[in-house]
Amino acid sequence: MILTAPFAATGRVTLAALAAIGRAALFALATVSHLFRPPFYWREFAMQLIQIGYFSLPVVGMTAFFTGGALALQIYSGGARFNAESVVPSIVAIGMARELGPVLGGLMVAARVASSIAAEIGTMKVTEQIDALVTLSTNPMKYLTLPRVLAATLAVPVLVGIGDAIGIMGGFVVGVNRLGFNEAAYLKNTADFLQTWDVGSGMIKGAVFGFLVALMGCYYGMNSDRGAQGVGRATKAAVVAASVLILASNYLLTELFFTS
Amino acid sequence: MITLTDVHKAFGANRVLQGVNLTIPTAESMVIIGGSGTGKSVLLKCILGLVRPDSGSISIDGEDVTKTDRDAFLARFGMLFQGGALFDSLSVWQNVAFRLLRGAQKLPKAQAREIAIEKLRRVGLKPEVADLFPAELSGGMQKRVGLARAIAAAPQIIFFDEPTTGLDPIMSGVINDLIREIVVEMGVTAMTITHDMTSVRAIADRVAMLHGGLIRWTGPVAGMDGSGDPYLDQFIHGRATGPIESVR
Repeated sequence: MILTAPFAATGRVTLAALAAIGRAALFALATVSHLFRPPFYWREFAMQLIQIGYFSLPVVGMTAFFTGGALALQIYSGGARFNAESVVPSIVAIGMARELGPVLGGLMVAARVASSIAAEIGTMKVTEQIDALVTLSTNPMKYLTLPRVLAATLAVPVLVGIGDAIGIMGGFVVGVNRLGFNEAAYLKNTADFLQTWDVGSGMIKGAVFGFLVALMGCYYGMNSDRGAQGVGRATKAAVVAASVLILASNYLLTELFFTS
Repeated sequence: MITLTDVHKAFGANRVLQGVNLTIPTAESMVIIGGSGTGKSVLLKCILGLVRPDSGSISIDGEDVTKTDRDAFLARFGMLFQGGALFDSLSVWQNVAFRLLRGAQKLPKAQAREIAIEKLRRVGLKPEVADLFPAELSGGMQKRVGLARAIAAAPQIIFFDEPTTGLDPIMSGVINDLIREIVVEMGVTAMTITHDMTSVRAIADRVAMLHGGLIRWTGPVAGMDGSGDPYLDQFIHGRATGPIESVR
């Protein structure tokens, strides 16, 4: 009995984790299936586009700007070890577009959006607003989940695209003012090396990250326990799950896009 | 008529409903009483389909609730939730007219707003309240808005979940009177769950007491005092001693 206890505990944890993954996957499938079944709540979708897309712009923009600037400094100082300072514009552009723009943008959206969605829906659940929706003949998945998930899936790639441009601008500002690059040469170098697929792959990543962020916010909000503590736990779990999923899916997408 | 036959529901080892049999006649006001945690809200949620019973059947006018068209079924209901359950992001009139702004009963916005204001007036609220948000209202006003929302689409059946919880005695009296007036005026079938004996006497035509997962007693409100049932007697007089165990 004592000898098998660690295996039993490991088994329990594994089964619980698999069950949680299964529940989240079913939730995702149910969400997507509602996309093809009317009604679709356009007003809620438009409001979420503004909430998730427009209002996330300042935080994503600032993150991208400072990241682009720091990246330029790092590449310059690292490149100086083997006389490769001139690669700063191209590496900043490729790094921002392929990796840092989508990942950091996704993480910032996870912090801002997954938490707010989980807290809002969790509070709605504990105050019986979700039950009220059902009694008013409104499916909560259609009214709350689908508009948020769809809005995030469409808005985050746009945020990533804007973040890429701002990040490259951050690198440009630092490169020109701090590292002594010629303005025209910096821009030409950036344009020459940056390819459409660099930006496109980052935006596809952004769409996946947006889907995951909103899905985790909705999933944990809908499954929130009672009370303030329950909503707090749901919010924390949503942000942690969204962040981990962003990093894990980023690796898988990078493998898929750039090694095959 | 709502008919519950041998309804069972358990949450893990906690057997909340253990064979509930109850009939609520059409156009009557039934009040379910019982201690905290006896399953009154679960019973109500089973009828609405928010909680699925483990066994037994629930029918409305002879139709099994699990086999009817869900939207058509829910369109017959109005519900006042314990805390109001108003949607924070919508204004008062949008809350009241929620059902009228979407789905099968969708009306033009102006007409829905007009109906919402009329329902607000019916529950004693001025039209100026219509454009406020729920967070700007007192608890009593929120209950009234919840009541206006429950009656907005002219339902045939209305459920009231603890309608006077958290209100002062005067506001409780106002809400009780409103519920009674609305139920009589609209000729609806009403089911209320409450601990508040003043509400019971003000709202009920018939009373059912839920205890130990079963309907312990049911009968007309006038027969409650002379029922001779020791459980009901202890509950309605609020005695600490008796067959119902109390925690001290």
